[in-house]
Amino acid sequence: MSVLQILTVSPSPHVRSGMTTQKIMGLVLLALLPAAISGVIVFGLRALLLMLFCVAVCLATEAVCQKLMKKPITITDGSAALTGLLLALNLPATLPFWQAAIGCIFAIAVVKQLFGGLGCNFANPAITGRVFLLLSFAGDMTTWVKPFYYQGLSLGNMLSSSAGSMNLDAVTSATPLVSGDASLTALFLGNVGGCIGETSALALLLGGLFLIFTRVISPSTPVAYLGSLGILMFFYTLATGGDWTAVPYALLSGGVMIGAFFMATDYVTTPITTKGKWIFGIGCGILTFVIREFASMPEGCSFSILLMNLLTPYIDKLTMTKPLGAKKAKKEEA
Amino acid sequence: MNYGKEFTKGLIRENPVLVSLLGMCPTLAVTTGAFNGIGMGLSTTFVLIFSNLVISLLRKIIPEQVKLPCYIVIIATFVTLIQFLLHGFVPSLYTSLGAFLELITVNCIILGRAEMFASKNSLLPSLLDGAGMGLGFTLALFLMGSIREIFGSGSWFGLSIPFMQGHTMSLFVMPAGGFFVLGIVIAVVCRIAKKKPPKKLGCSACPNAAACRANCEEVEA
Repeated sequence: MSVLQILTVSPSPHVRSGMTTQKIMGLVLLALLPAAISGVIVFGLRALLLMLFCVAVCLATEAVCQKLMKKPITITDGSAALTGLLLALNLPATLPFWQAAIGCIFAIAVVKQLFGGLGCNFANPAITGRVFLLLSFAGDMTTWVKPFYYQGLSLGNMLSSSAGSMNLDAVTSATPLVSGDASLTALFLGNVGGCIGETSALALLLGGLFLIFTRVISPSTPVAYLGSLGILMFFYTLATGGDWTAVPYALLSGGVMIGAFFMATDYVTTPITTKGKWIFGIGCGILTFVIREFASMPEGCSFSILLMNLLTPYIDKLTMTKPLGAKKAKKEEA
Repeated sequence: MNYGKEFTKGLIRENPVLVSLLGMCPTLAVTTGAFNGIGMGLSTTFVLIFSNLVISLLRKIIPEQVKLPCYIVIIATFVTLIQFLLHGFVPSLYTSLGAFLELITVNCIILGRAEMFASKNSLLPSLLDGAGMGLGFTLALFLMGSIREIFGSGSWFGLSIPFMQGHTMSLFVMPAGGFFVLGIVIAVVCRIAKKKPPKKLGCSACPNAAACRANCEEVEA
């Protein structure tokens, strides 16, 4: 018997970690659980229904797309379910179901599958789906109900309470970003108006720290994102003579927390290298700050992450690491 | 020469917008409504037919060295004509097309047909080519305008569609929606024209190739 028959001969890598796509997606889903639970507590059963609905639509869309394109159906890897949950957490609890369905179908079919499926999408499907909905249904996407609005509503009313189907004027409120009058404690715990999953900074922090400790995400991006936004806000309040509480207020309100921990850390659409992750996070922070303070929109978190998604290939190119011991390639002579 | 083919090739098979991807500016800018799309398409068709006609007649007179200025002068003449006509008879269309009406002069479809076809062919084929290409352009603009108007504003040719009210998606009338609809229409037309995607997708045509981390030199389609 020759040596080759005894030994397994294969190209590198030879050492593999036990991590699989399925495990990573499972861990991220688990990390989103606190935010989802707090969303259901604050915004009622309709939020839960919307989340389940989005997950179901995303899974169905993925299966149909893969069936049509005659590819193996991979809905069990959890990536479509994660997209659905992330998208749902970024929607107001009262969004009509058909609009949520359009967002899910767009996220999976157009952003993910048309570009080649998992690992090939150019931008985060959940964020693109959210931006698509925000631009299409600006009214319904910015109708925020007050926390615990459902108290006193019957179960049927609560589940059917979509924007437009009932008079929500009595229970709507501006997001804390617009009103600017929520207390820091309320912001931290999530007792404010907003998207289902973005209100409770505590729940998001729990999930984010869990991901960092299980080493699913690296801390660089969230730290860079939140840090740069905080520093910019600090100097901005210094320059405009505002109160120092504007800094934690900016970090706790809006979609920054969920963006920094769950959106800006997506494997596919953010840089690979640590240096790249810092650049990505700082870029997101600067863009969010600029959009919030100087543009016509109250929140710019999703737009800033989307824009940085598009720059990711260039950041990767700039921060490419050198192989160990490699010599500098000679420049081709013109 | 097969005259029928000269006419029909521009409709789908060599459609200037959906296959050759020429004239993207007016395609994306004026197709927020079906009426604007048709207006822009027919104006361009008018200019295209007459510029092809004149250039084909003058093809042996125009010297090689100054052909581009000559083409532009001829095209601009007809653009001025259509501009006055629209201003006089369809002022609403004239206003909504705005600067894009004048920009027909530099529409690459017209210059492209002048250079590629009319300057090399006799009168009748040039006329048919211009008409076919123009109608293909009109068809594409009408399709895009209809889709964007129906989904974006819930109306068609300005008539509101009852069940679309309250269900419109304003993204479709935004520039981003224009690109989105264009991509979908191109995909559908490719499917109808039974054009197969290339077996192997290279990275040579991709603007991101240099920075691409996937390094997908030869991805099986």
